[in-house]
Amino acid sequence: MLRSLLKNSRFTFSAVLLLIIVLVGVIGPLIRRANPLFAVGGRYDRPDSKLWLGTDAIGNDVFLQLIHGIGNSLYIGLVAGVIATLIGVIIGLSAGYFGGLLDEVLMGMTNVFITIPTIVILVLLSVTLNSRSTVLLGVIIGVTSWPWTARAVRSQAASLRSREHVDVARLSGISTPRILMGEILPYMASYVVMAFVLQMSSGILNEAGLSLLGLGPDNSISLGKLLQGALQGEALRTGAYWAILPPTLILALISFALLMVQSSLDEYFNPRLRRNT
Amino acid sequence: MKPFTRYLVTKIAWYLLAFLAAAALNFFLPRLIPGNPVDQIVSGMGSGGTVSSASLQRIYATYIKEFGLDQPLIVQFGTYLNRLFHGDLGTSFANYPASVNSIVRAALPWSIALQLPAILIGWLIGNVLGAVAAYRGGIFDRTVFLGALGFSSIPYFSLAILLLYAFAVAWPILPSSGGYNFINSPAFTFGFFVDALQHYILPFLSLVLIVIGGQAVGMRSMAIYELGSDYVSYENSMGLGENRIIRGIFRNAMLPQITGLALAIGSLVGGALITEIVFSYPGIGTTLFTAIGQNDYPVIQGITILITLAVLGANFLVDLSYGFIDPRIRASQQGER
Repeated sequence: MLRSLLKNSRFTFSAVLLLIIVLVGVIGPLIRRANPLFAVGGRYDRPDSKLWLGTDAIGNDVFLQLIHGIGNSLYIGLVAGVIATLIGVIIGLSAGYFGGLLDEVLMGMTNVFITIPTIVILVLLSVTLNSRSTVLLGVIIGVTSWPWTARAVRSQAASLRSREHVDVARLSGISTPRILMGEILPYMASYVVMAFVLQMSSGILNEAGLSLLGLGPDNSISLGKLLQGALQGEALRTGAYWAILPPTLILALISFALLMVQSSLDEYFNPRLRRNT
Repeated sequence: MKPFTRYLVTKIAWYLLAFLAAAALNFFLPRLIPGNPVDQIVSGMGSGGTVSSASLQRIYATYIKEFGLDQPLIVQFGTYLNRLFHGDLGTSFANYPASVNSIVRAALPWSIALQLPAILIGWLIGNVLGAVAAYRGGIFDRTVFLGALGFSSIPYFSLAILLLYAFAVAWPILPSSGGYNFINSPAFTFGFFVDALQHYILPFLSLVLIVIGGQAVGMRSMAIYELGSDYVSYENSMGLGENRIIRGIFRNAMLPQITGLALAIGSLVGGALITEIVFSYPGIGTTLFTAIGQNDYPVIQGITILITLAVLGANFLVDLSYGFIDPRIRASQQGER
């Protein structure tokens, strides 16, 4: 499977890009352990050989903040992605497999939450919790963004449940949890993986959006908080591009790479989408 | 009941339910903060030392009365809903005694002027571009596809910052912030119009380009799917003109794209909030940012409920037009099956 995926240049390119960013975000902070929230210079010092990306409005090392910020943003995205996918799969699977009243209730709830804009729930939750750690922010984003996954998983589960192999398993007296784990979930695994990739991407972007609204993680640095600090410090209008363009571009690259991975996986799993086969 | 009426009634019921859920979130979430919300906020204001104790007392009394805090929670929720239905969003904490309505009313026209054209123009251009690209194929298709993919995957705030840097800082041909030059004041004059237009271009572009990208990608893949269908090969073999065929594909691929429009509205509204902050555009997003910085809960709640209403309203319109356009719903209304 991996070999044929790697033939897709879009997939290879975005996967390598992603890998580099992840390595920087995970290994970077282990090498440069200094506190990124500690001033080392003046206001907007230009980049030089020691401070690769100069300093920000309050004299912090932008490069140090960037590698720590990448790590924290990926972490928030991971927490949000895992939680959203987990809730989405549990709700979608129960609704689709069991059907009936449970289906109606769960999907009714899902549809209500789909129509309320995510940003509204995010803002309300974040405002309510007036101290927010990085993990908590990931959790907040995760519990807000499951509905689309739930809806997609539900339709998959509903069509899988009438397949013959599932009927056979049911007739041979296999317990329901084992049917769900053994006969349903494996058949939608590709779908769940793609949903997770999308959730992770939107989680990272939601963190940035919340931080830009002033609802970012406390006492911590993330790509969103870097952006917010630079915008509030007028980095752009004072010409301190080094403080604002790196996090802007990294966020765009992460989002781009994750979407490319998702869409090439989609093409791989749904051959109909390929143009020339 | 006629099928279309039934469709309409079900939809309205769902939207009412969604609105009630949003109103409940709006009401109950901030009350999960331990202690009396008014106590907390008023003590927060007092610790700043900028407000005299006499006016604190007055503010306190206003909120206790406004919230009906001496009553059970469910009655308070009823009061809240009742005031909401009368279009009363309450009184601002930070700008006492200004009403939330007046604060929102000043910001709303800017946001609408930014977002409504962005979504409509973006949707139209994106879909035409996607359909043509799918039909033409070749180098045109590859260029459009990659460009659209790039724009659709770039976050709103990233594009806003990049455009701002490129066209207002590195190559300063457009203003970098605000909705108009501060030496001007809003008036219906030609000079003000030109000034406002110059401030409008960058925030508008950073929204519309992303909508175009997203819609073009969606339309292109729908149209490729349609291109493989029998009716297109039939039309081709009949020697029908290119434009006719594209129009046919467009109409058939439209239905899912109308759902795509509903989706785009939700994400655009969220993205536009941040875009406004990047450009310090005087709309709802910048107001929300200020309110969050000041812990101005009534303004925050007023804006969140307003955004909900706008998105629900827009989605409802989309659903309504879907009911008109979808031949299956239309046909069943006329009694054909």
